[in-house]
Amino acid sequence: MIETPPRRPPLPPPTRRRRRLSDRLITLVNVPLDWLEERSGIVGGVRYFLFRKVPSDSNWFHTLGSATLTAFLVQAGTGVILAFYYRPTPDEAYESIREITHEVTLGWLVRGMHKWGASVFIILLFLHMARVFIFGAYKYPRELNWIVGFSLLVLGMLQGFTGYLLPWDQTAYWATVVGINLNGTGPIIGPFLAQFLRGGDEIGPNTLTIFYAVHMLLLPAAIAGLILLHLYLVVRLGVSSPPWSPERAGGPRPEEEPRGPGLVRPRARGRFAR
Amino acid sequence: MEPHRGDENRHHPTPSIWPVGFAVGIASVLAGLVVSWPAVVAGAVIAVVFGFLWARDAMATPAPVGREELGGVPAGAVEPEVVEDEDVVDRYPRNKFLELTTLGLGGVITGIVSVPIVGFAVLPAFTDQEHKTVDLGPIDNFPENEWREATFLLDPARGEVSRRTAFVRYNGDFEGQPSYTIISNRCVHLGCPVQASGPRNENERKTVKTEQAELTVTPVRPANFSCPCHGGAYDTEGNRIAGPPVRAMDRYKFGIVDGHLHLLEPYSVGKVEGEGASAKLEAYGLQGPGEHVDGLEAWLYPLQPQDLR
Repeated sequence: MIETPPRRPPLPPPTRRRRRLSDRLITLVNVPLDWLEERSGIVGGVRYFLFRKVPSDSNWFHTLGSATLTAFLVQAGTGVILAFYYRPTPDEAYESIREITHEVTLGWLVRGMHKWGASVFIILLFLHMARVFIFGAYKYPRELNWIVGFSLLVLGMLQGFTGYLLPWDQTAYWATVVGINLNGTGPIIGPFLAQFLRGGDEIGPNTLTIFYAVHMLLLPAAIAGLILLHLYLVVRLGVSSPPWSPERAGGPRPEEEPRGPGLVRPRARGRFAR
Repeated sequence: MEPHRGDENRHHPTPSIWPVGFAVGIASVLAGLVVSWPAVVAGAVIAVVFGFLWARDAMATPAPVGREELGGVPAGAVEPEVVEDEDVVDRYPRNKFLELTTLGLGGVITGIVSVPIVGFAVLPAFTDQEHKTVDLGPIDNFPENEWREATFLLDPARGEVSRRTAFVRYNGDFEGQPSYTIISNRCVHLGCPVQASGPRNENERKTVKTEQAELTVTPVRPANFSCPCHGGAYDTEGNRIAGPPVRAMDRYKFGIVDGHLHLLEPYSVGKVEGEGASAKLEAYGLQGPGEHVDGLEAWLYPLQPQDLR
């Protein structure tokens, strides 16, 4: 925990009440945090996760990953709220979208965030991927993280495909017809894949509910799990240096000198630091 | 006393036929999922029985390898010595047994639970739903050598989402039987709605009530059929004349019941030669859009969901 060094020697009780306000505020914050830390270690965990060394010559391109994560969190949050009002049946889907857009308070905003945020998410995925590729950050020892990230890209695009049907207007319907039939042209398993996506031999109510369930249960859970794995690997392997960096990325890491008390605990060092 | 046994012998599994039977059982289950249910049951029984025997064999304390090395000594006489051997006693300690049991039981429970779940999710991809006959109304609505665009509900229970369109032309009688050309408007490229390119007489649109649902019949005079999505075009017999489609348009079989034209199941067409009543079709079972029915590419689609009924 943040230790607050006493600014003056302990005073007798009467004067103590007149401590400086800032001290009292810090104590006010620290007491519950200490309580939590002592019982769960969660404060130290968060600190270990967030306060770490990054290469001194890292730049703004390194923020694309967390930008993508933020875009995903926006999609998850707005998606949950949209699910309050959306009705996934052929008769009501279009009407419920109309209600969300025109009648629910601020519904237009939440739906707009979800709709445009979807494009932002995909664009950021590609930009982040380009940064990793151009910086060579996919090389040893981070190959596995590249694979996890690529799976996230695929799942993200599946989110786009399944979410596109949900407004249930002409564009959504026919784009999905074409999309499903594109899958159907795959050799051998194509026809079965198309039938699985349709939930039968014709597009109908089942198609809508299947896409809805996949869009809001299956894929978000899978994406969330893979993001945790992705972050775990980032924490374990550290942030890579840019290609022009004199620091070698991926090599054995130098032992770090112990630090004094401060924001970064001495424990966060060695192979985890940097 | 038993001679020295090398470490490499210690963990050799017993030579056994059981794993083979186990594998046969699993293979039978997988094949049975596609082919027939009795095969699934038989395969499951085989797998369980052989799996049990295999596990029992694998857990038996002294391996037969050890016995063979002893030569003619009867097995019964040796066993007390083997039990005294510390290595042998430690080979399958109690906690190892419990660990295996926990993992095994957990695996069995997971399997039992997930088989129906995965089956429920995946099996609809392999089963075919029966096609319902659609009543297109009185045959008077379809005069000779004129096209009518009929929109109808494929399955009234599912509602408007099952509305489909067919182009119908009565070709007159052929060899004493009435002949109709009934073309599905589903584009055989990727499934978009094909339109009749030509005048469309909305004023003479008829709404026909049948027992199941309402349908509309609109006179059209197509020079050809064309698709709005990717520019596929077909002549009035359904043959491809431009764009990406891979075969001629799908058609419906038909029947006439009590003076009403009935749509039976749809089928796919490779190529149409000739016109009208005397046209010759290369008919195939219904394929999805974009799937070839003839030529080399047809070999890419050896199985269809409806083949596995």
